[in-house]
Amino acid sequence: MHNLAFDIAHLLAGGLVLISFMMLYQDRLYALLNIFALHAVVLAASVAWQAFIQNAPHLYVTAAIALVFKAIVIPVALHRIIKQLGIHRDIETAVSIGPTMLAGMGLVALSMVLMLRVTGAADPLAREDLAFALSVVLLGLLVMVTRRNAVSQVVGFMSLENGLVLAATGAKGMPLVVEISVAFSILIAFIVIGVFLFRIRERFDTVDVGALDEFRGERR
Amino acid sequence: MTAASDAVAWVLLIPICAAATLAALPGYRLTAGLNILASLGTLLAALSLLVVERPQPGQYLLIDDLNIVFIVLNTFVGFTTSVFSASYIAHELETGRLTPGYLRFYHAMYQVMMFGMNLAFVSNNIGLMWVAVEIATLTTVLMVGIYRTHAALEAAWKYFILGSVGIALALFGTILVYMAALPVIGEGLDAMVWTVLISRAAAFDPALLNVAFIFLLLGYGTKVGLAPLHAWLPDAHAEGPTPISAVLSGLLLNVALYAVLRFKILLAVNPDAISPGPLMVTMGLTSLLFAAFMLYRRRDIKRLFAYSSIEHMGIIVFAFGMGGPLANFAGLLHMVMHSLTKSGIFYAVGHIAQVKGTQRIANIRGLTETHPALGWSLVIGVVAIAGLPPLGIFMSEFLIVSSTFARQPLLAIPLVFGLLLAFGALILRLTSLAFGEPRGNAAPADASYLPMFAHFALVLTAGVYLPGPLVVWFQHVANLLG
Repeated sequence: MHNLAFDIAHLLAGGLVLISFMMLYQDRLYALLNIFALHAVVLAASVAWQAFIQNAPHLYVTAAIALVFKAIVIPVALHRIIKQLGIHRDIETAVSIGPTMLAGMGLVALSMVLMLRVTGAADPLAREDLAFALSVVLLGLLVMVTRRNAVSQVVGFMSLENGLVLAATGAKGMPLVVEISVAFSILIAFIVIGVFLFRIRERFDTVDVGALDEFRGERR
Repeated sequence: MTAASDAVAWVLLIPICAAATLAALPGYRLTAGLNILASLGTLLAALSLLVVERPQPGQYLLIDDLNIVFIVLNTFVGFTTSVFSASYIAHELETGRLTPGYLRFYHAMYQVMMFGMNLAFVSNNIGLMWVAVEIATLTTVLMVGIYRTHAALEAAWKYFILGSVGIALALFGTILVYMAALPVIGEGLDAMVWTVLISRAAAFDPALLNVAFIFLLLGYGTKVGLAPLHAWLPDAHAEGPTPISAVLSGLLLNVALYAVLRFKILLAVNPDAISPGPLMVTMGLTSLLFAAFMLYRRRDIKRLFAYSSIEHMGIIVFAFGMGGPLANFAGLLHMVMHSLTKSGIFYAVGHIAQVKGTQRIANIRGLTETHPALGWSLVIGVVAIAGLPPLGIFMSEFLIVSSTFARQPLLAIPLVFGLLLAFGALILRLTSLAFGEPRGNAAPADASYLPMFAHFALVLTAGVYLPGPLVVWFQHVANLLG
């Protein structure tokens, strides 16, 4: 049983890393959103599996939040925003795909080396989970850095949060307070983002952060 | 309930109740008054913490010598800023930059922010502390974007993205601390309670603790505004309402700093963990030197003082990184002095920008002739922040420099170089702002001088004479910080 439990957890967490890689080379906003929804589904499965093997029923709540909120509500809402704004064209990536993928591999290697080395004493399941979680966090950061479009930056940020949820559920018996707060912060974050996106649209009909650069106070 | 836990409850309850009430009430006069009243109430509750007996640390809340300093400072500046904000906002309503609907939102958010900051200080749980810092950050993001101009939105967006990355890294660090505590303390809430962590930290796995601290330093360091993670800070200061610039510089940076300090104490307990000192010294010095150079190229008055905040946070982190009773004492004193001075400067700058109708340094000249009270206040503030005697910052900077010379003379060279560089930039700008041929609108300002004068009076007093009990208190806290 233990081996199977370990293997499935490993599979799901590894799947998350793989999907994070898929995000790196999407050049259409809709495709990026679909991949993000898949990311959230795999996260939900992973969290539910952790709830099962840790015998921690409260984690099912976290899994349900991930499934309903991040895999369905947010992608649908972002779809609508993109449609309303009429920006379903290509994403302008600041860095081209080849170097981005190489950088991604470097980051994953880094997090593996770092986490596996320092967590020698922890139990193997938590170790691997933490290493994968850090990879997802770093890849999310990479998505945010390489994209110039506000919507894809938001997606990058949410995939980063997924990595944090993975880490929090991997840590055995982490109090519920924190998990709820993580989910909550995503909710708040989304409200903030929604408000901003709409304001940005009202003001200058674009959500390209690069275009906003001109308005920097220093160049007035 | 004892008087003590009552006082803690009031510090948290007053802001959150006031936020709910202010969100529902219309009208400028009423809401601004209520905002001041609520801030005063919170200040009184915080002051009562000084005299009543401390409650036992619980699983969520903690009052000790370290955080009382922060809470009292926080609520005091929160109160004076609410007074300043009342007159500032009146002008913004007149000119139509703020609509009544946004005013309601502004006051409610102000109190939510105070709640978030106070909660971060009193929390004994590293998870709760993270949540509180997150609340305070999100509310300030909304406040920075409140004018809805191009620049304000961009500033808020940048702040939001960088702040979120910082807070995400901090959460990862928090999870790692929990993982380190897990084998020693066992599962459950106890492994996140700071007082429990500190009593058992010697047995934690040092390697895990090291990595956790690096994440926490980077994460909360983003909020402190340490270079190279400072990019959000100048924009957020320049584009939001000035009362928010004052609380950002004076208070929010301290909240993040406080979180870093808590984890630094934790690391110091573990004999095998890396010493956090060199990391903090490096980040502090980098911020100081970077900001000192950047000060020369600023054309916007609020951006100028925002970079000066980066510089001073660098000095403070440097001092705490050096460690030891004297450097910690100086760092603590410098933090208090910087909060008071910088928010005082922002009060002056807020009125100046309003009366002149611009934030461009080139368009503001000869303030001491056209607006003597504002102009001379600015002069006092800048002289204080540049570190001239006899004001408070001179004393704390002097202590930092002399303790560095005594222990690491080589480090003192870049430190003094940075201080002199920043001094030159600030004085250069000050001469053009305050003296010379007056330029721009000379109409009398409708300003509230009291908060400004109160802050500068305190800074001056501290520079000339520090009361004995305060010195003893700070020395005790400095020893606590290790």
